[in-house]
Amino acid sequence: MGPSGVGKTTILKLITGQEKPASGEIRVFGENIQKLNRNKLYHLRRRIGVLFQSGALLTDLNVFDNVALPLRHNTKLNERAVRDLVEMKLEAVGLLGATSLYPRELSGGMARRVSLARTLILDPELIMYDEPFVGQDPITMAVLVKLMDTVSKSLPITSIAISHDVEEILSIADYGYLLSQGKAVDSGTPEKLTQQGSEYAKQFLKGIEDGPVPFHFPNETPLKQRLLSG
Amino acid sequence: MARLSKLGSNVISLFSSLGRAQVFLWHIWSAGISFSGVVKQIYFVGVLSLPIILVSGFFVGMVLGLQGYYTLVDFGAADSLGVLVALTLTRELGPVVGAILFAGRSGSALTTEVGLMKATEQLAALELMGIDPMRFVMRPRFIAGIISLPFLVMMFVAVGVLGAWFVSVGLLGIDDGAFWSQMQAKVSWSNDVLNGLVKALIFSVVVTWLALFLGNDAIPTAEGVSGATTATVVYSSLWVLGLDFILTAMMFD
Amino acid sequence: MSNKFEWWVGLFTALAIASILFISLRVSNFQVSSGGDQYKVYAYFDEIGGLKPRAPITMAGVVVGRVGEISLDVESFQAKVVFNMNSKYKKIPDDTSASILTAGILGEKYIGLTPGGAEEFLENEGIVSQTQSAIVLENLISKFLLNSDEEK
Repeated sequence: MGPSGVGKTTILKLITGQEKPASGEIRVFGENIQKLNRNKLYHLRRRIGVLFQSGALLTDLNVFDNVALPLRHNTKLNERAVRDLVEMKLEAVGLLGATSLYPRELSGGMARRVSLARTLILDPELIMYDEPFVGQDPITMAVLVKLMDTVSKSLPITSIAISHDVEEILSIADYGYLLSQGKAVDSGTPEKLTQQGSEYAKQFLKGIEDGPVPFHFPNETPLKQRLLSG
Repeated sequence: MARLSKLGSNVISLFSSLGRAQVFLWHIWSAGISFSGVVKQIYFVGVLSLPIILVSGFFVGMVLGLQGYYTLVDFGAADSLGVLVALTLTRELGPVVGAILFAGRSGSALTTEVGLMKATEQLAALELMGIDPMRFVMRPRFIAGIISLPFLVMMFVAVGVLGAWFVSVGLLGIDDGAFWSQMQAKVSWSNDVLNGLVKALIFSVVVTWLALFLGNDAIPTAEGVSGATTATVVYSSLWVLGLDFILTAMMFD
Repeated sequence: MSNKFEWWVGLFTALAIASILFISLRVSNFQVSSGGDQYKVYAYFDEIGGLKPRAPITMAGVVVGRVGEISLDVESFQAKVVFNMNSKYKKIPDDTSASILTAGILGEKYIGLTPGGAEEFLENEGIVSQTQSAIVLENLISKFLLNSDEEK
């Protein structure tokens, strides 16, 4: 968790090897990710699922083909098996009736659910959510929270979620990290974070406008001085 | 001094983007064969360019017929109109105008599509699903572009000749037999037609490569993608015209 | 959906092939040139004017072959011209004469063959012995001027 621009998405990109760290090393499943060659990296990525903010569905494929894409490209299953698997996953996210729709015909929440189905289709060991709740109405949010909870509790999957929707994410998380200026400043179980967190944790979790993170962007000349100087 | 360092950084960024373009081509080339999407891409890149190519070709042919007629008739050589039109179209106008229209219609569409796929994280999503976007997105489009443009150029030339025939034989009363026989006598398949096709093939590589590279290299914002689209049309046209000069000098000296 | 694409791309390809055929057969002089269809004869000219390779060789106005390689024979200082004759016209008398003619006043040069009366026919690698050179306009004019000077 952390406010916008604090480096949450960057961490996600580092884990998937989309970006390289300036220093240090990142180990995923025991492998140093920036030392892998292109082929090995692609293999490793098949064990990781990422749910993008926008859903990132391919706009020229319908819902079924979008979900089937990873299967068709990374496995040699026959069409029948592909269909069964895709329909199972779509049923799980409640969109079995929408198989022939195109991404432009879906609402933001539906697109994200399709994207979740697509992410789950290869049975990843690690799943990462990039701001899953941004711009969603309360009902969709509740649906997504429930789906994420089901996924992490019923499947042998580690989930990492990036969010600034405090209440929703803490309601299903086992452990939270709070970021500020590229550093993890606070961590713990949801109870610990809300009850005995630092000043910064309090400000962020409760949504107070001024505190360790100031309301004003650093400003050398105050407004009064600017006005008077003409 | 500041200006000098600006110039320096411009030169460096020019070279680094040239370098990236080559790496990009190498990745497309080495991405492995996936023809599954090629047919669909030929539809988007080639078939959708048909109307503009056919209509422009017909009008270019008609204009060439009219202009040629007014010049040649003074020398009593109006019968050679067919030759004039056919040579102009096969050697120059077919490949060049075809490639520029192709850049405007299909090149820009490719850049926008790839740029938007990047902006909406579709390319990143593919990578994270373990699907190589070079193989899945770029390669089918690249192959489709290379196949489509020479096809379109041939159609452009054919329709252009028909347009000129329509004007000269249909409207200006030039003898039908003279029109075709003079043309056949003077247009050489191995020199004119084949060289035109080679030009079209080279242009198709350049335009498609530029379009895909600029789309993939675009800054993933609305301005970035629209800027890349403009750049595709501008750079493609300039490259095509520049290369055409060099190729013509090499082929027909 | 994919059927639609295939249908259109099929049509696209068919149109492209039709265009290529049209350009090959109607617009240009596409021939599958193989050695078997042709036989070669040579002719020596004092002056070929603007004769170019691929110029037509005609007899009674019908194209019977095309000019091949043109080179200078360094012994006689004549132009050696290869005639690639169409094998359909095998029986051409060996005393046939060849002249370089011009289509129209400023048109392209071509070869005109006038048949002789011999019983023997031209063979592959044979020589057309009777030739008439190209008329060079400048020579013609200077000759004309010279003549008109003498008359005065």
